[in-house]
Amino acid sequence: MSQGRSDAELRLVTPGMAIGPCAGKRIGSGAIALNEEIIATKLGWAREFNGTVSVDPINSSYIPRSGDLIVATVAEVRNNLWFMNINGAFQGLLPMSLAPWKVEFGAARQHMGIGDVALARVQEVDECHNVVLTMKGIGLRRLNQGALLTVPVNHIDRIKGKDNSTLERLKAASDCRIIVGQNGKVWVDGDAQGIAWSRAAIEIAQRCGHKETFEAELSVHENNAPNRGEQ
Amino acid sequence: MGGYGDIQLLREDGLRLDGRKIDEMRPVSIEAGILPAADGSAMVTHGLNVAVAAVYGPMEAHPRKIQRQDRAVIDVRYNMAPFSTSDRIRPGYNRRSREISKVTAEALESVVLVERFPRSKIRVEIEILAAEAGTRCAGITAASVALADAGIPMRDFIVGVASGKVEDTVVLDLDKAEDNYGQADLPVGILPNTGEIAFLQMDGDLSPDEYNLAMEYNFKAAAEIHEIMVDALKKRYEGGEN
Repeated sequence: MSQGRSDAELRLVTPGMAIGPCAGKRIGSGAIALNEEIIATKLGWAREFNGTVSVDPINSSYIPRSGDLIVATVAEVRNNLWFMNINGAFQGLLPMSLAPWKVEFGAARQHMGIGDVALARVQEVDECHNVVLTMKGIGLRRLNQGALLTVPVNHIDRIKGKDNSTLERLKAASDCRIIVGQNGKVWVDGDAQGIAWSRAAIEIAQRCGHKETFEAELSVHENNAPNRGEQ
Repeated sequence: MGGYGDIQLLREDGLRLDGRKIDEMRPVSIEAGILPAADGSAMVTHGLNVAVAAVYGPMEAHPRKIQRQDRAVIDVRYNMAPFSTSDRIRPGYNRRSREISKVTAEALESVVLVERFPRSKIRVEIEILAAEAGTRCAGITAASVALADAGIPMRDFIVGVASGKVEDTVVLDLDKAEDNYGQADLPVGILPNTGEIAFLQMDGDLSPDEYNLAMEYNFKAAAEIHEIMVDALKKRYEGGEN
């Protein structure tokens, strides 16, 4: 998403602003065609890549897609399913058949209660925004300890970096286990110092993830990392 | 003449009581992202009007009976604070605030790409902290900036502006005295990029020529306010402050 910010043609656009003629161009997310012109529909950075014009939004809500790895919180429990808060417009549904445990009917609460956090994957999203989650898969589990942080959804790719390079840097510097959910929830587990450092790094992403100065500020913060001497 | 007897709303030199020309707008300033708890927010100061708008969502629409299977609903709540005018306003919903909430929601639905969020609700709260004629216009402008700040997809902004008639003269952007004692008031919601009109109300009578002149003033003012809206969003995200 925002990784292409260094391209020369990037500029901040507002809804309704004409980005350019649509002749010979494909229209990506955050834009529509109107009267043979490409019009931005969101506040964000206009970007052209491989003939596709799109807008990287500065602010957006999480739209679940099948296959997304997310960090979800239990919002409601029924006899045979959990309703999970996935930081989107709608709750996700985790049926007991897709839980990693053998769950008896009526015993869902014994495995996860309200407020518990789990690493899950989006199994299915239908046209009415019904979201089905699954916890069957490698690494998908209940998260028993650690801290849960929130970041803007559109900054996720910046936090991860190309091929997860930035995320690996954060993990190495903080000596923490970090899982970045596609839904803007970040789980951090480690010692208190590492979690505090990671929290500050995430705050940098929240504050200036959309700015050119993000990389520089993160590098400065890295100099104060708890694990700096051991890298 | 017309209006209320011997109340003079235009000076001998052709200027208005507050010194503005007939086609001059009150000063407008806009600040985006003022409420950290909201998904998007904005404050519009238009003359002595102060309007704050907050946007939440899209979220699941509750109660379920308001859900639309093919689109989102926009739930607008316009409210004037009890201290917003010199006479204290009784707190809570009243006929006027219901009407303005309804027309604002319908205007916003015409620009927001509601079909992207079926069964959802986008909640827009507009609070008028200070009122001096033209609060619905300031509220719509604030809501429009707050929606953009929240990342809600829209095909254009809406700019709220008003013209009217005092002493048989068409004037732009009525102040309190002109609104109370003038002959007509024409608030409109204009889409600045496409030039479309999303809402229009008229209080009083205007001849076709007067209407055309009032709309000309409105479109000119909308272009000016649109620039301020864009600058406010750019200042928030492109400038030093966040």
